[in-house]
Amino acid sequence: MQKSVFRKTIEIIIFMVFIFFLFAPLLGMGIWSVALRWYWPNTFPQEIGFDYWLQALGITKSLTLGAVNVLPAFWLSLGIAIIVVIITMAIAIPAGYSLAKLKIPALLKGLILILFLLPRAFPQQPVFINLMLMFNKIGLTGTVLGVIFVHIVVGLVFAVWITASTFSSIPPELEEAARSVGATRLKAFFKVTLPISTPGLIASSVFVFLTSMDEFTGTFFIGIPFVTTLPMTLYSASGSNIQFASVIAILLLIPSILFMIVIQKFLKAEHLGGIGG
Amino acid sequence: MAILKVKNLSKNFGKVKAVQDVTFEATEGKVLSLLGPSGCGKTTTLRCIAGFENPERGDIYLDNRKITPFPPEKRGIGMVFQNYALWPHMTVYGNLAFGLQIRKVSKSEITKKIKKVLGMVQLEGYENRFPRQMSGGQQQRIAMARALVFEPEIMLLDEPLSNLDAQLREEMRFEFTELQRKLGITAIYVTHDQAEALVISDKIVILDQGRIVQSGSPKEIYSNPKNKFVAGFIAVTSFISGSVDSLIENKKKVVVKTNDGLAIHGFNNSFDIGQKVSVAMRMNVIKFIQDENESDRNKTNIFKGKIIQSSYLGNIIDYKIKVGNWEVRTNSDAKFNFKVGEEVTFYLSPEDIIVTRED
Repeated sequence: MQKSVFRKTIEIIIFMVFIFFLFAPLLGMGIWSVALRWYWPNTFPQEIGFDYWLQALGITKSLTLGAVNVLPAFWLSLGIAIIVVIITMAIAIPAGYSLAKLKIPALLKGLILILFLLPRAFPQQPVFINLMLMFNKIGLTGTVLGVIFVHIVVGLVFAVWITASTFSSIPPELEEAARSVGATRLKAFFKVTLPISTPGLIASSVFVFLTSMDEFTGTFFIGIPFVTTLPMTLYSASGSNIQFASVIAILLLIPSILFMIVIQKFLKAEHLGGIGG
Repeated sequence: MAILKVKNLSKNFGKVKAVQDVTFEATEGKVLSLLGPSGCGKTTTLRCIAGFENPERGDIYLDNRKITPFPPEKRGIGMVFQNYALWPHMTVYGNLAFGLQIRKVSKSEITKKIKKVLGMVQLEGYENRFPRQMSGGQQQRIAMARALVFEPEIMLLDEPLSNLDAQLREEMRFEFTELQRKLGITAIYVTHDQAEALVISDKIVILDQGRIVQSGSPKEIYSNPKNKFVAGFIAVTSFISGSVDSLIENKKKVVVKTNDGLAIHGFNNSFDIGQKVSVAMRMNVIKFIQDENESDRNKTNIFKGKIIQSSYLGNIIDYKIKVGNWEVRTNSDAKFNFKVGEEVTFYLSPEDIIVTRED
């Protein structure tokens, strides 16, 4: 009895610490984003209001340092992320399918997977600096196209690995059954394999989307100074204006949280799907 | 309905010779079973027929039309998979309609055909169920229906009943046979279960290590297994090895001598003197003798042994008996209640035992 009380106490403490580390920064951000005046030693802001939100969303204008309209950056980030998802998945689906389903020698298969992993296997800065030097020669630095390319390189790692494992979790007999009743390889893929792997493919696209939304290092080296995505504005704001930084951070969180909910839903659907037999 | 011929089929996986020089012919409207232990090449042979594997050598003919170069979808062969392979995202209707939709069958015709095939597998009204909402036995029937609904010329079945429990499996055997007879479809049936093969087949092909060991009707194979491997696979539980000592009764019978001095009389299968053979015994061939006078009457094939294990199974008792250097198993009527360690006398009728090649 005593032991269980002791155990419960420990559990509660761990849970509280966990909650603290998880939510305290979020709460701090929330408070900062509405704090107009907040000086030491006050526990809470002396004056609150949505002025910074209105400025960040471009509704009112102000000359405060770092107070810029972040909406263009938000739309740019969103646009880049959507294009990146489309292109990345267009590459990752056939690549993942080939790796999972075709009779590729194990050595070659490993080599291909490592090739996709390679850009992430090294420290990011040197990789991107080299990429920047290469892009400089072909005029891709400072362009949205260059940034999209960098995001694809980063996103492909997750996308190919997740799609490959999604496809390989589907029993080969399902496609064979389709072919035995008369479907071509292509038809079997589109009517059987693709619908069954939708949850995994959506999870994969969500990861790619979030990676693109949050990508900083590559965008910094390739996109600067003309391509200003949301993380870039966050970076420039965080040095000078903590309220703005908080607003941007919260804006960045919104798609992440939305997509986490989507992932949850689809991963559950996959669980209930009863794949196999 | 069609005749399927497999000629000199060989398939390797790397260095493993999965199928070697396999030749057989499936008669129109009959069931041919490919029987063997796991890894004997039976499933690979079936997958070559279906078109999922490309054989290194050999050809497959459907009604004298060479189908080896065709992809699976061009062969018009129905297949039932071991794990059923029903598409989880489609209803029963969707699963059954898929093959018909590809063949551009009209919608009203599809509905009619599905209704008919569901009637055949006794699952009328299940059109809107998803596979996960059905029991294993029901899923198995749907898998069968899916392979039949587009009216293929030939049907392949890869251990279709092995995922069902024993009782259902026995029921489904009869159902399959009934359905197959009614439709008159040619079927190739892969199984590792000898009882299943004996019940459903018109012809059995026994495979071992990628090669055909014996083929014939169930009766031929059961009563006359070609060698020890086949015998062991067809319900033989005990073997005594020896060599042919002499031929008696106009060479109709042989006397097999073992290295520990047993002499067993059995029927001759064109053996020569000195040839190494195995005496194969099924579970029920040993006849216990309790009356000493009875043992005097039959001078040959009477042996003494010692019970070394006994398992009570209700109406019967399963004994393991030590005879010379050999251990033999038998089922016996529960009226003979021997104890472990007890000495017993028993008779082996030459009609019941099988003398077969050792290799």
